[in-house]
Amino acid sequence: MNTISSFLDMGGYAAFVWPSFGLSAVLLIGIFVISVRTLKANHATLDALNNEAERASPSEGPAQGET
Amino acid sequence: MAMIERFANPNRFLTLTRPLVPWLGGLTLLSLGAGLYLGLFQAPADYQQGESVRIMYVHVPAAWMAMFCYTSMAISAAVGLIWKHPLADVAGKATAPVGAVFTFLALATGSLWGKPMWGTWWVWDARLTSMLILFFLYIGYMALSNAFDNPQRGAKAAAILALVGFINVPIIKFSVDWWNTLHQPASVIRMDGPSIHPSMLWPLLLMAIGYTLFYLWVLIIRMDADVTAGKIRALRQRRVHG
Repeated sequence: MNTISSFLDMGGYAAFVWPSFGLSAVLLIGIFVISVRTLKANHATLDALNNEAERASPSEGPAQGET
Repeated sequence: MAMIERFANPNRFLTLTRPLVPWLGGLTLLSLGAGLYLGLFQAPADYQQGESVRIMYVHVPAAWMAMFCYTSMAISAAVGLIWKHPLADVAGKATAPVGAVFTFLALATGSLWGKPMWGTWWVWDARLTSMLILFFLYIGYMALSNAFDNPQRGAKAAAILALVGFINVPIIKFSVDWWNTLHQPASVIRMDGPSIHPSMLWPLLLMAIGYTLFYLWVLIIRMDADVTAGKIRALRQRRVHG
């Protein structure tokens, strides 16, 4: 227990060390999640547009380079 | 040039890079996991800075990546302007937000390290100020590339800003040698080799490798999203114009 609390205390610098690691984790995970969500949303939109186009004129088929 | 031309087709580029995404993700997590374990549990405390030195393992790689991402953005800008490579603008646009995050992290973690070591959150010295300018350059690049209805005009304006702003990168690197500063001089990338002990150097390098892999991982995802957005735009325009 003592080892854990002394580790968390970081020699008295806990208030500076942990926010540094925490902020890094939050921002890096944040930009990753935003990027993946944008990608998924764009793929879904493109698929929906291609399906619409296919329904409207079945002979044309999907747009070139469909995901 | 042949290599660059091979990737000129966005669909071919995505076919080649999409399989890399899970590998890059796995390697990123492995490097960062090992770096964090060594940095937090195995590396010794500094004889002067005590445990606060552990901030180095997130601060220094973020600062390196801030400059690395900007350099990639400037190279993309040059390739886009000179060879009109269709993926160059996409790569630059995908890099900017990631670079801005790394720059913000370098500034914020530097501030959190500066307070206990220097007694201040911020000083207007050359290293810190040039890093803040880099952050504004990223913001300016993102604002410019989205400021035009025609994405190509936005990309061109942003590319010119990226190239002009590149002068700031060597200024950041050498600011600690050229001017008096509170910031310590380089201790890893030096002509006479690193002056830092291997027990601290290894976790630092692993974190730097992890950050680089993370950038490549997110870069491919963001480029895929942007190429897809381009297809959506083209499809909608085709529909509007019949």
